[in-house]
Amino acid sequence: MGIVTARRRAAIRKSPGERTFDIVNYSLMILLLIVTLYPILHVLFASFSSPSLLSAHRGVLLGPLGFSTDAYKTVFANPSIGLGYRNTLFYMSFGTALNMVMTILGAYALSRRNVMWKGPIMFLIVFTMFFNGGLIPTYLLVAKNLNWIDTPWALTVPVAINTWNLLILKTSFEAVPEALEEAARIDGANDFTILWRVVIPLSLPALAVILLFYAVGHWNSFFSALVYLRNRELYPLQLILREILIANSMDSMTSGVSSGDIEPIGVTIKYATIVVATVPILILYPFLQRFFVKGVLVGSVKE
Amino acid sequence: MKTAQALTSTKKATRSNSFWARVVKDFRRNKYIYLMLTPVILYYLVFHYIPMYGAQIAFKDFFPARGIWGSPWIGFEHFETFFEGIYFWRLIRNTLAINGLDLILGFPAPIILALLLNELTSERFKRVVQTVTYMPHFISLVVVVGMVLDFLARDGLINQLLALVGIAPTAFMQEPKYYWMIYVLSGIWQSIGWGSIIYLAAITTIDPTLYEAAKVDGASRLRQIWHVTIPGIMPTIMLLFILRVGQMMSVGYEKTILMYNPLNMETADVIASYVYRKGILEADFGFSSAVGLFNSVINFAFLIAANRMSRHLNQNSLW
Repeated sequence: MGIVTARRRAAIRKSPGERTFDIVNYSLMILLLIVTLYPILHVLFASFSSPSLLSAHRGVLLGPLGFSTDAYKTVFANPSIGLGYRNTLFYMSFGTALNMVMTILGAYALSRRNVMWKGPIMFLIVFTMFFNGGLIPTYLLVAKNLNWIDTPWALTVPVAINTWNLLILKTSFEAVPEALEEAARIDGANDFTILWRVVIPLSLPALAVILLFYAVGHWNSFFSALVYLRNRELYPLQLILREILIANSMDSMTSGVSSGDIEPIGVTIKYATIVVATVPILILYPFLQRFFVKGVLVGSVKE
Repeated sequence: MKTAQALTSTKKATRSNSFWARVVKDFRRNKYIYLMLTPVILYYLVFHYIPMYGAQIAFKDFFPARGIWGSPWIGFEHFETFFEGIYFWRLIRNTLAINGLDLILGFPAPIILALLLNELTSERFKRVVQTVTYMPHFISLVVVVGMVLDFLARDGLINQLLALVGIAPTAFMQEPKYYWMIYVLSGIWQSIGWGSIIYLAAITTIDPTLYEAAKVDGASRLRQIWHVTIPGIMPTIMLLFILRVGQMMSVGYEKTILMYNPLNMETADVIASYVYRKGILEADFGFSSAVGLFNSVINFAFLIAANRMSRHLNQNSLW
């Protein structure tokens, strides 16, 4: 860190070329900020706008048009959204708990030295990153052999371990000083105790990030639910969203009905649904952001 | 037969004794490690290796009632049907076009972002750009595609803006010619920030004295990027490039089945979405497994080729 500031200080006297570079660079970054943020802000502003003003409006929004929370009232009154939320929370909690247990066990075991079969087991695991049986054989296994249609198992157990996350956590566990482990072993600790008392407490940033990755993955996933769930009562939020955002727009697109004919309030409901489904995740990740680079990925880059 | 086995086993007795002794010793010492690995290995066997075994239905006339084992072998019939089918070239073209476009635009985008972020003089501004550009990564595909459809609709935001400069409205999602670009650009929007993390991490490992030396030699910022930063992160770039090329034949079915519609199918349908339609919606399991297996094998071949090439060029390789 000190070296970086030293480098910056050395660059204090800037040539015209340097200054041009800075201007171009900052302009590009501001452009990127706008391109990234505006679509999200547009949705947010539109969701709080009055439906009639919004459908009459043309072009960008710099704020909500005539503040209104009607769309949110409709969204929260919609029973399928409430149910979707509950289902998603359940799949996410159960799925993430399973992910963490399995990934921690695997990462710890594979981070130990002097395990004779580690090499072959690693090969077995890493090979699956590059080759897989494909969608249909997996579907047949889960739907026909295991008969998990319309069960939470189908959404959680087949994705119990993400191999990337396993490798990231393994790298992080390897960074725990060996001396600590030796000391615990002399005190009579077995591997479960070492994992619980030494390795996990020293790897909290990496664990937090992996937890976030898994939780977001469950929150956002729709495909396995689409494939394995028939009963609407079990639908997670993303499938409800898909019906509201995509199936609807496809209907109006193919039937040639312009959206002017549709109830105008429908427009703002769409945006409010997006906000309701997305905000929980978006307020979560900035808290863990500083760990993204520091804790986790540096380790995996260095190999 | 038995005597022959006995003979060879006595020949190897000394070696295998010490081998088994080592196995037993290892197992005793690491019994808890193997206990921990049991559910993990079981998971990989059941959910990764059983489907690989199940992929043999690509060569069978598969009836679910008869099971994988009981269904009769039919050789390459499914593959022939696929290769000769009317959709074959369309699927290959779309899959390669989307991946090619993404390799040209989507692969360098996070690298360029990381290089530019690294040159920002204000740490705070850098953090703001990072926080904001990570955001779309956490937004679900359903929402991203929902926003794309909404903004690109005939009366959507983009057309409203185009109308201001006097361009007639276009229903972008109904025009096959825009689909590839929309797919790739929305992907970049979603992943550019997240993708830059790994390169930024790689940049931090570059020796700072290299920059000092470059500055003494009078190198401008662009030259420093070109001669110090890029060579410094080249191993990371190559590694990710190999992995990316290993995906040359896959376009995510998740995003495709959200984005395609009867009007843009001509350019939108890719191998993965075809597998989904044939297998899951039409229950043509044997045929769709054949298409999926064909896809996996080609991907694997691409990966090996890219790895070879990279090892040949500059000693960076996965294995």
